[in-house]
Amino acid sequence: MTPKTLVDKIWDAHVVRSRPGEPDRLYVDLHLVHEVTSPQAFDGLRLHHRRVRRPDLTFATLDHNVPTTPRSEPVTDPVSRLQIDALERNAKEFGIRLEGMLSQRQGIVHIIGPELGLTQPGMLIVCGDSHTATHGALGALAFGIGTTEVEHVLASQILPQPRPKTMEVRVDGDLPLGTTPKDLILGVIRRYGVGGGIGHIIEYTGSTIRGLSMEGRLTVCNMTIEGGARAGLIAPDDTTIAYVKGRPYAPKGRAWDEAVAYWKTLPTDPGAAYDTRVTLDAGTLEPYVTWGTNPSMSEPVTGRVPDPGAQADPQARGAVERALQYMALRPGTPIQEIPIDRVFIGSCTNARLEDLRTAARVVTGRRVHPKVRAMVVPGSQQVKAAAEREGLDRIFRSAGFEWREAGCSMCLGMNPDVLGPGERCASTSNRNFEGRQGPGGRTHLVSPPMAAAAAIAGHFVDIREWGV
Amino acid sequence: MEPFRTHTGVVVPFDRPDVDTDLIVPARYLKRVDRTGYGELLFYSKRYLPDGAPDPEFVLNRPQYRGGSILVAGRNFGCGSSREHAVWALQEYGFQVIVAPSFADIFANNAAQIGLLTVVLPDARVREIMQAAGREGYQLTVDLEAQTVTDGFGHRDRFEIDAFKKHCLLNGLDAIGLTLQHEAEIARFEAGRPAWLPRVTL
Ligand code: SF4
Repeated sequence: MTPKTLVDKIWDAHVVRSRPGEPDRLYVDLHLVHEVTSPQAFDGLRLHHRRVRRPDLTFATLDHNVPTTPRSEPVTDPVSRLQIDALERNAKEFGIRLEGMLSQRQGIVHIIGPELGLTQPGMLIVCGDSHTATHGALGALAFGIGTTEVEHVLASQILPQPRPKTMEVRVDGDLPLGTTPKDLILGVIRRYGVGGGIGHIIEYTGSTIRGLSMEGRLTVCNMTIEGGARAGLIAPDDTTIAYVKGRPYAPKGRAWDEAVAYWKTLPTDPGAAYDTRVTLDAGTLEPYVTWGTNPSMSEPVTGRVPDPGAQADPQARGAVERALQYMALRPGTPIQEIPIDRVFIGSCTNARLEDLRTAARVVTGRRVHPKVRAMVVPGSQQVKAAAEREGLDRIFRSAGFEWREAGCSMCLGMNPDVLGPGERCASTSNRNFEGRQGPGGRTHLVSPPMAAAAAIAGHFVDIREWGV
Repeated sequence: MEPFRTHTGVVVPFDRPDVDTDLIVPARYLKRVDRTGYGELLFYSKRYLPDGAPDPEFVLNRPQYRGGSILVAGRNFGCGSSREHAVWALQEYGFQVIVAPSFADIFANNAAQIGLLTVVLPDARVREIMQAAGREGYQLTVDLEAQTVTDGFGHRDRFEIDAFKKHCLLNGLDAIGLTLQHEAEIARFEAGRPAWLPRVTL
């Protein structure tokens, strides 16, 4: 038998129909739904008198525009309210389970999938959201889709998809002290660009990846789309199996043994071919800070804001110039001298328990700089509860951080948590596009400990010098 | 969706690589629950001044590009968020074709779903078209059947497109309806799925 990659195995196991000249029709094991990209899809169903084929494989939550103020307070933004109401109504009408505003299981869709054990190795998962790749950390093939495709999956449980190319991103070696999985993925994107993965599904391999915890792997896979690939995954191993075990939706008893036996067949066979292969030496990674308006525009924290004049290609020069103008940064400025106004620790990239722990370790016994407004937004109600059991909320609060309810929050500025025009933010989220966190807001992407340290110092600092 | 056969229109140059969907429609405008009303939000942060008046400098607001229906842009167009709202905004504004050296995967997919044609041409050709579009009234004709882009000055480019995508676009086919024709195959597949896969019950 020809050796197969992890991606090939999952793909082949989900083909319902394959004909030359047509995209493969793939069966979707789990369809995650949120309030922003679904209302028009449900309208489409109604318009065509179609039903949801498998409500039992469809799971909804509210995350993008829910306020992060106490849940006892009403949703004041009438437009957000409308979208929340729409999902509540649609879930009821079509018989879909919704973890709503008051649920103890509510949270960012990409955090709660793995957390509840809904995300399992070998599954094919879709969601109307580009960060669906996150679920790939457990060895699932997970795609972000658009609203018309959401409607397609609701109606048929099928995703039509031409077979993409495969790409191996191999990272070997130990992560240097002070660098995190966030720096790993920022390093990959810095090296291979925001379009490097277009047309590909990525499999992350190598000793560094194997050595990451599940939470670290989730951070890495989460930002796959920032490198241009629609899905990114990591082969299931003991770390994966230990993570899934005992979660609410994980198989139990005999079913568990069967599932595990299957998962163990999934890793890429020796000698299997990828269309593209790239490598990275983890030893070269550093804590990164983005200075521009896409996630590839980053420098090590010890570096300086680049000079557009040093770019040979006129298009690239134009892009750097525009980015620096938007970010109000002068070429040559040491990254550590950039003062910040806001800090956001949150998002589906970095709002799991481990992220909050590493940030809290930096904050313990210190105070947020008087000029900085800093907030922590746990990724889910369960992360929040777990963090509170450990007393992390007290550490953050007594240092002067706001401790808020779960949701996407300032990752995309759809709820009241936004940057004001010109405000500069150290953010653990995944996108530093113009206006992403609010019109005129300026975003610098960093790891949780780097964000925490910046909150204390009022500017970026090299976390390696803090010895935490 | 409407079938797409050929289209001739004024070319609007948007000379930036990596145009992300947050730039095409900012997230704060994604709270509507319908598919319409996005045309006026297209490129919102660039198109309007802080006081809400159109920015006369921005390309869409320049008189020579009024009514433009073919957008030409730099590589990796449509990267970032999966929001189909970006396609709705471009389409409602009046764009029928986007020409670029490459497109983000999800964007290209979303566009094909609802009849907005994405045409990939080599970088050098895109640069030339970008420059030509500086001339008042520069038009292109895009012929999907023949897979060509031509102008009135003798330029002719062939572009590649996935055969199935082309078929659906040419005939305005509803992809969901097509899939639902395969009910028997779907049901057969479902019967063979392992029992331990998770199910969500109400
Ligand atoms: S946290 Fe940000 S990136 Fe993640 S799903 Fe929410 S808005 Fe999208």
